[in-house]
Amino acid sequence: MTNWQISDEEKLLKQSAEEFFREKLPVSSLRYMRDRNDQVGYSPEIWKEMAELGWTGILIPEEYDGLNFGLRGLGVVLEAAGRTLSPSPLFSTVLLGGTILQAEGSESQKKKYLPAIAGGKLLLAVGTEEGLHHGSQKIEASARREGEGYRLSGQKKLVLDAQSADKLVVLARTGEGERSALSWFIVDRQAPGVTTKTFRLIDGRLGCHLELHNVSVPAENLLGFEGKAAASYQLLQDAGAAGLAAEMLGSATAAFEMTLAYLKERKQFGVAIGSFQALQHRAAHMYCELEVSRAAVQKALSAYDSSDPKRSLYASLAKAKVGQVFEHVARECLQLFAGIGMTDEHVIGFYLKRSRIATELFGNNAFHRDRYASLVGY
Amino acid sequence: MLNEFRKEVRSWLEENCPPTMRTPMSEKEIVWGGRNAKFPHPDAKVWMDRMAAKGWTVPEWPRVYGGGGLNPQETQVLREEMQDLGCRLPLNSFGIHMLAPVLMKYGTEEQKLEHLPKIARGEIRWCQGYSEPESGSDLASLQMRAEQTADGFLLNGSKVWTSYAEESDWIFCLVRTDTTVPKQQGISFVLVDMNQPGVKAEPILLISGNSPFCEVFFTNVKTPKNNLVGRLNGGWEIAKALLTHERQWISGMGLTEEEPIENYIKSKMGADAEGRLLDLAFRDKLTHFHLDSAAFELTLERETALQKAGHSPGAASSIFKLYGTELNKRRYDLIVEAAGFDALSWEGEVSAVDHVKTRTWLRTKGNSIEGGTSEIQLNVIAKRVLGLP
Repeated sequence: MTNWQISDEEKLLKQSAEEFFREKLPVSSLRYMRDRNDQVGYSPEIWKEMAELGWTGILIPEEYDGLNFGLRGLGVVLEAAGRTLSPSPLFSTVLLGGTILQAEGSESQKKKYLPAIAGGKLLLAVGTEEGLHHGSQKIEASARREGEGYRLSGQKKLVLDAQSADKLVVLARTGEGERSALSWFIVDRQAPGVTTKTFRLIDGRLGCHLELHNVSVPAENLLGFEGKAAASYQLLQDAGAAGLAAEMLGSATAAFEMTLAYLKERKQFGVAIGSFQALQHRAAHMYCELEVSRAAVQKALSAYDSSDPKRSLYASLAKAKVGQVFEHVARECLQLFAGIGMTDEHVIGFYLKRSRIATELFGNNAFHRDRYASLVGY
Repeated sequence: MLNEFRKEVRSWLEENCPPTMRTPMSEKEIVWGGRNAKFPHPDAKVWMDRMAAKGWTVPEWPRVYGGGGLNPQETQVLREEMQDLGCRLPLNSFGIHMLAPVLMKYGTEEQKLEHLPKIARGEIRWCQGYSEPESGSDLASLQMRAEQTADGFLLNGSKVWTSYAEESDWIFCLVRTDTTVPKQQGISFVLVDMNQPGVKAEPILLISGNSPFCEVFFTNVKTPKNNLVGRLNGGWEIAKALLTHERQWISGMGLTEEEPIENYIKSKMGADAEGRLLDLAFRDKLTHFHLDSAAFELTLERETALQKAGHSPGAASSIFKLYGTELNKRRYDLIVEAAGFDALSWEGEVSAVDHVKTRTWLRTKGNSIEGGTSEIQLNVIAKRVLGLP
C-alpha cells in the first residue's frame, strides 16, 4: 500500500529544499555558468552546503552516516532542484552512484565509499550508455582479466558529471551473451587511459563523453560479482527513471506556474490574455496532466523504496508519463509566452531545453512505453 | 480487532452470497432497486435483501439511516473481502451516489429518516431532474417553475436527459422559485414523487440504440413543503455539491472493467508467442492509453486516501470528471478499432460481446457531455483552481 499522505518530515524537506534552490541555484546561476564557460559543472561551495543539510546521505543507511530517507526523500529534493533546473551532482553521485554502491558494494567497499558520499567528499559518475538512446544497443565496452586485475576499453556516452567526478562507475562486458556478461567497475578518473570529452549541453550544463583505452583496474575495484550486473543495472534503471521523473515533474510544474502567472498579468486587446477561453483550456489541460503525473511519480518512488514487485512497471509509467507531459508543457509554455519566450534572455527556453535532455536520459518515452507494455504483457 | 472483523465478514459472505452472485456482472445485471425493481436473476434480490438487512448496501452510513455503521477501515475490509470472493455489488443507485450525500448534509432529520433507509434497502429508485431543453451547460438558467402554494409547491415545466426516469419512483429536481433575482439565487432543490398525475416520462432514443434518458414533463404537479431540501432559493449550492459527487462517480466508471482490455484486443488483433501484439503501431497507441489510465487510477487512489484523511473534494472532481470520461472514450475507441469489421455490425452476425462493445462505444461518447461537458470542466478548473479571470 502506498502511503499517499505527505508526512510532516517530507513537507519540511520540500519547503527547505525549494527555498534552498530558489536562493542558491536559481535558473540565473545556470545561465551564469554557461555564459562564463564554466568547466566544472557545479558549485563546490553549494555542494558543501547540500552535504551539511544531509541531502548527500539521503539514500544511505545510518550505519554509513546517511539519513536513510529513501528514494521518496531524495525525490522531494530532486523535484525541488528541478523547479529551478539547478545543476548539482545530486543525481549522478547520490542517486546513481549511491544506488550501485549500495546494491553491489562489498562491506569494505561500502565502508570506504558510502560515508564519503554522505559527507559530500566523493563525487561519482556512472557510465552505462553507448548508443544514441538509452538501451538502444548492446554494451560493447569490455573488461578483460589481466593478472590480478582487469583492463577496460571502450566508450561511454553522456556520463553525467564525469568531468568533475573523483571516481567513475563503469558498466563493462566481461564475457559474451546478453544479460550474463556485464560487470561494474570503479575506475579512477585520473587513471592512465581515461579520457573525458567535455562539451556544453543545450540547457547550459556540461555534458561529458568518456573514453577508456586499456585502463588498468585492480580486482578490488570490481563491484559485485563478475558477470552479474544485470539485476543491479535494472535497479539503477528504475531508480534513475523514477528520480528523473521527480526532477522533471518539478521542472514542468515550475514552468507551468510561471506561465500561469504570465497569463494573469500579460494584457492584450485591453484584457489579461488569461481571460481568453482558448488559453484557459490549454492551461487547465496542463494542470490536469501535471496532477496525474504527480501520482505516478509518487507511486514510482514509493514502489522503489518498498521493493514492490511492480517497481519497474511504475518506474516506466512515471518516466514515460512525465516525459510526455514535460515536453508538452514546455512547448505549450513557450507558445504562451510567445515572442518573449523565444529570447535567450527569458528563462522558459531553458525549461524547453531541459525537457529534451531529461527525456532522453535513462530511457526516452518510447523506450519506457515499450518496457511498460512488455511488463503488462502485450 | 480488524482481523476479527475480517473473519466475521468473510464467513458471513461465504454463507450469504449466492454463488450466482459471485460472477462478473454485465451492465444489464446491475441492480438499481425501486418499486418496480428488475432482478435479472432471482438470487440478485436475495443478495440485495440480505446485504440490506446488514446495512451493507451502504456500509458507511449510520445504522438509523439503513447503513451498516462501519468505520472507513471496516468498510475497506468489507470491500476487499467482497472483491476477493468476487461478490457483485448488491445495489447501485443515484439515490446512493448522488442524493444521499446531499441529504446527509442539507436534509432535515425528518427527511433523512424518511428517504435514506428506502434508498439503502433499494425500495425507492431516484432519478435526477437537472437539465432542461433550454438549459444545458448553462444549468442555472433553468426555467421549470415551482409556485408556492398553501401546503407546498405547484410544478410546471420539463426536464431532459433524465436517466432512467421511466423506471424511477422519485425525482430530485432543481426548480425556479424566484424569477426576480440573479439566476443562481432563485433556484430551489425539491423532491417529487413521480407516481402522480401530471408527471410524464418519454424515453429518448440515443445513437447507441438504447433509451437510457427521458424527457420528463410536469403539468400542475404537487409536492408538499417538507420536500424542499435546504432553504427556499438555496438550491444552487446543493446543486453544485451534488454535481461534485456525480462527477466523481462518473469519473470512476470504466475502472471496473470485467477483464483487461488487452485480452480482448489480443483476441481480435493477434499476438506472438510471448503475448506481444503483432501490430506495433497499435500496441504503442494502446500503451499511451494505458499510461494515462494507470496514472489516473493512481490519482484517484491518492485522492480517495486524502479525502478519507479529511481533504474536501471540491474542484478536484472536475479534474476527475474530465480526465476519467475522456479516458473512457479513448478506451472504447481502441476497442472498436481493434475489433475492425467485428465492430461494424448493428445487429446479428457477430457475438453478443462484440455488440455490447460497439454499442458501449457509442454510449461512451456521452460521458464527456453528461454531468457537465468536458469544456465546462475545463472552465471550472481554469477559474476555480487556477484563478484565471
